[in-house]
Amino acid sequence: MDEPNDPQPHGRRRSLLIRHVLPPLVPLVAVLAGAELAVRLGWVESYLLPPPTAVARSLAADWRELSRATVNTAVAAAAGFALSAVVGVAAAVGLASSAWARRAFYPYAVFFQTVPIVAVAPLLVIWVGYGLPTAAAAAFIVSLFPVVANALAGLRATDPALLDLFRLYGAGRAATLLKLRLPAALPQVLTGLRVAGGLAVIGAIVGEFIGGNGSLGDVITSALTQQRNAKVFAAVLLASLLGLGLFGAINAASRLALRNWHASERDVR
Amino acid sequence: MGPPLLNPVPKSLSPAGLTRGVAVQISGVRHVFPGGVEAIRRVDLDIAPGEFVALLGPSGCGKSTLLRLVAGLDEPTAGRVEVDAAAGSDDGRPLDRRADVACVFQDAHLLPWRTALHNAALPLELRGVPSADRLSAAAAALAAVGLGGAEHRYPAQLSGGMRMRVSIARALVTRPRLLLMDEPFAALDEITRQRLDDLLRRLWADTGATVLFVTHSTQEAVFLATRAVVMSGRPGRVVLDRPIDLPRERSADLRADVAFARHAGAVYAALERGEAVPA
Repeated sequence: MDEPNDPQPHGRRRSLLIRHVLPPLVPLVAVLAGAELAVRLGWVESYLLPPPTAVARSLAADWRELSRATVNTAVAAAAGFALSAVVGVAAAVGLASSAWARRAFYPYAVFFQTVPIVAVAPLLVIWVGYGLPTAAAAAFIVSLFPVVANALAGLRATDPALLDLFRLYGAGRAATLLKLRLPAALPQVLTGLRVAGGLAVIGAIVGEFIGGNGSLGDVITSALTQQRNAKVFAAVLLASLLGLGLFGAINAASRLALRNWHASERDVR
Repeated sequence: MGPPLLNPVPKSLSPAGLTRGVAVQISGVRHVFPGGVEAIRRVDLDIAPGEFVALLGPSGCGKSTLLRLVAGLDEPTAGRVEVDAAAGSDDGRPLDRRADVACVFQDAHLLPWRTALHNAALPLELRGVPSADRLSAAAAALAAVGLGGAEHRYPAQLSGGMRMRVSIARALVTRPRLLLMDEPFAALDEITRQRLDDLLRRLWADTGATVLFVTHSTQEAVFLATRAVVMSGRPGRVVLDRPIDLPRERSADLRADVAFARHAGAVYAALERGEAVPA
């Protein structure tokens, strides 16, 4: 699929740019131009849909507040996500260890996925306190389940022949877990983390709607009450970029971890 | 394909030419799966130290089950499987199943996240052998199977035949006295398979280990083994137990020999008989 003889490295870089960076920019520019045009031509009222240029102006004008809010939300989402990763994988190891444990605890793991986070957020404020703790706790709650579910699926899918081999060579439970079951489950664990990353940002922002303090969630709610829609959009844009950033970071980590051995990360160019 | 198979087995694998194989006694073994299916009706088999036994039979006749019983991975429903350490051991040390028994399965079953070297070193790692020792032993084992130079490649970067060589190296790295092989070359092409047959013959001759080798191929069985055992269809029983009295040195042109054909014919006839036995 690659051009077989491409002598110039910078020509190669250019073709990479054209093939990978350009395509997603095309719909973006089209949508932005369409939105701008729709408002300028009076098809849509600007209080319903702020034109992209107004969003850009708001980004510039409120940059100090917005950037600080983005950092705060990022910290909350990352904290919740990290907790999910650690607790989720540990819980999956526990659940994978026995059928009894699965029957006893798995329903409660599912509960974490179904809990209506908007309804629980006020309680979180009372339990863990205003600001960062609430946002991080909300991020943790919504991002836990995909980690548990995927890690558990991975841990239970260990090749039985390899389990036999480890048994034959006298490996104990700990060695089997660390040297076989966990590494074998890594692709699924990373899939769970990928889903969890996006959810953690959403969870943090929902938590901040209720109990935020100088972060994207409460910037959005206060801008809404002031009918500053351009600022709402600016904050939403930053939240999306934050989610994308986290997703990209997890993807990069996944690629690094799996590139030598897993089909999903091999020969991807 | 891989490099030529002229590499001699390194010193660390071959202890002074002594027979290191163990004897295996299978007496009155019956095995019923948890679901109630009778896999093996009754098998009695005495394997002498250093023998190379090929085990044949139709699919589902309990060959693999028998191998698992010998490996100690499953317990027989009735009867006994004894791996006798004392017979044939050169130093009289007691048998340690973990160290002295090795398995090779139909697929290579390597850890895809480890290089060939670290895959081959795995059994020693699980037994707590220090890093430097186990890596040099693994490198020697890889060299013995003709994979010197491929130590740092990952399984995904190796061909099917090379992966199987790594699997054999991993089995050899503990210097096992009993090698259990479950159709190890069945998934490979004919040329690769014959090369690995040659390699295995040579390794067996050099290490003196006892080998129990499950196969579907009469040709492979006769070429490799000193004795061919044929089992009937499920539930499995032994229908033929035939010594393969061909020269110890076996080269590829043996396959065209009259004696070879006679053995292969007898084994094949027994397979057909076994197939026809009503369950």
